[in-house]
Amino acid sequence: MTRPAYSPRMLVLIVAIAVALVALPFVAKAQGSTYAITLATRMLIYAMVAVSLDLILGYGGLVSFGHAAYFGLGGYVVAILAFHHVDESTLFGLPGTNEALISWPLAMLVAGFVALVIGALSLRTSGAYFIMITLAFAQMLFYVFVALKYYGGDDGLAVSRRSLLAGNRITDPQTFYFICLGLLAVVALLLHRITRSRFGMVLSGARASERRLAALGFPIMRYRLAAFVIAGAIAGLAGALFADLARFVSPDMMAWTKSGEFMVMVILGGLASIVGPVIGAAAFILVESTISGWTEHWQLVFGPIVVLIALFAPNGLWGWLRGRSGP
Amino acid sequence: MIALELSGLAKRFGALRATDDLSLSVEENELRAIIGPNGAGKSTLIAQISGELRPDRGSIRLFGEDITGWPVPKRALAGMARSFQITQLCAGFTAADNVALAIQAQQGHSFRFWKDARRDPSLHTPALAMLEQVGLTARADALVENLSHGEKRQLELAVALAMQPRVLLLDEPMAGMGHEESLRIVALLAGLKGKVTILLIEHDMDAVFSLADQISVLVAGTIIRTGEAETIRNDPAVRVAYLGESH
Repeated sequence: MTRPAYSPRMLVLIVAIAVALVALPFVAKAQGSTYAITLATRMLIYAMVAVSLDLILGYGGLVSFGHAAYFGLGGYVVAILAFHHVDESTLFGLPGTNEALISWPLAMLVAGFVALVIGALSLRTSGAYFIMITLAFAQMLFYVFVALKYYGGDDGLAVSRRSLLAGNRITDPQTFYFICLGLLAVVALLLHRITRSRFGMVLSGARASERRLAALGFPIMRYRLAAFVIAGAIAGLAGALFADLARFVSPDMMAWTKSGEFMVMVILGGLASIVGPVIGAAAFILVESTISGWTEHWQLVFGPIVVLIALFAPNGLWGWLRGRSGP
Repeated sequence: MIALELSGLAKRFGALRATDDLSLSVEENELRAIIGPNGAGKSTLIAQISGELRPDRGSIRLFGEDITGWPVPKRALAGMARSFQITQLCAGFTAADNVALAIQAQQGHSFRFWKDARRDPSLHTPALAMLEQVGLTARADALVENLSHGEKRQLELAVALAMQPRVLLLDEPMAGMGHEESLRIVALLAGLKGKVTILLIEHDMDAVFSLADQISVLVAGTIIRTGEAETIRNDPAVRVAYLGESH
């Protein structure tokens, strides 16, 4: 019970990743490449979605196939508020805003609330039905936004200016990168603590044996629902960041293929490890941007890579890097 | 005081009456054994008492309170603990973690998100004490999947005991155990006798006859006899229905 959570080798790797993430924008800036910083920022944002999905998929064992819905919702909250701000029109009698301190938390709140509703209904099912119902809900939301012509429909909605943070401009790519990195670090630390807390023990325990946990006196559904809401809210925050990075949102953010990509990132990196999904997201973005430079059919190359990793690194990239020891 | 009272319990699966107008009452701190041939409905009965199955008719009372409609976790928190015939332990968790989870359930809700549960002395100190009681101290840090079959059975018992139960349902706790291991469990149960109400379902007749205060015989979904060991052993109807098969 007192065994350390991370082996020395894992700690070295984690520190190396952290140093690389901090150094990256400086290197990119020295080379005068803003494209690299933007790409790295996208990586951080996807990593945030992936770690949030890891809480329910990796630790909770809940195969939610609709996680992109919360990502997209978070993005739309920021974009719609910015739209009304520029338009000087109102939404439900309230003015829009481009202040991140309002729109980002609101994105989390909206995504978390929708996760509460979807979770409360879908967690009544299990197995393949759970996968199908989470997928169905996400597709419903996708088509709702396709149909919302006022907010661009399937053409999407542009965000004319990046949000202000406490009144300050954050348009500098490096500044925005570090904001995303800071938030990812906070999210990762939070999830690290949650997964080792009493709550985390119940969540992982229920994945291992649902019957046992019920017989111990845990109403499992409530714990799973709480995890679902936490994961949804974090994905919502990532979506908000994405809207400000790309200055554009569209229903594609919540497409089922996006949900699939997030799952690939988590599984590729290593389930139930927090660090793994970060690596998975980074690898995904790197491979995607590299190969799509040669061919638009980049998935033709990516597919076999995923197959190879599934065959030869069953615990994902992180499992392969950290060696056999550790959880 | 009656700890557990079943009255007129019935459960059908299609044409099969798995539980057929079954009534049973167990006194507080009594060790009651239930024996019966395969297919008599023992598993269905345990499932209804623990709350995994809802009976079609009849009622279940725990210390006088009607719990028939209660879900599994609520019954557990009211003091009903069980062991499973096929071990239900959390793989990926150590033996100590498994017991700690049971203790955690006793300490109120687990919507606690920050402190490391594995470093919480209020969980692992009693967990280790419980492992010592079943003789698993040396295996505290072993992962469940690395335990032997016998050790898993011992751990099942430690987990159930960690719930500080008022009623303990034991579903074949000695199934598949070696002789030595069985003796250890028998000694442990003998030590618990008179301290907690135990409903023991078991195939090991030596264990049943040596431990039980009263034995109830379940045949075709209903209790046909209840009595002390000698009475049951010599009852002709019981011999025909059950003992005759295996002795």
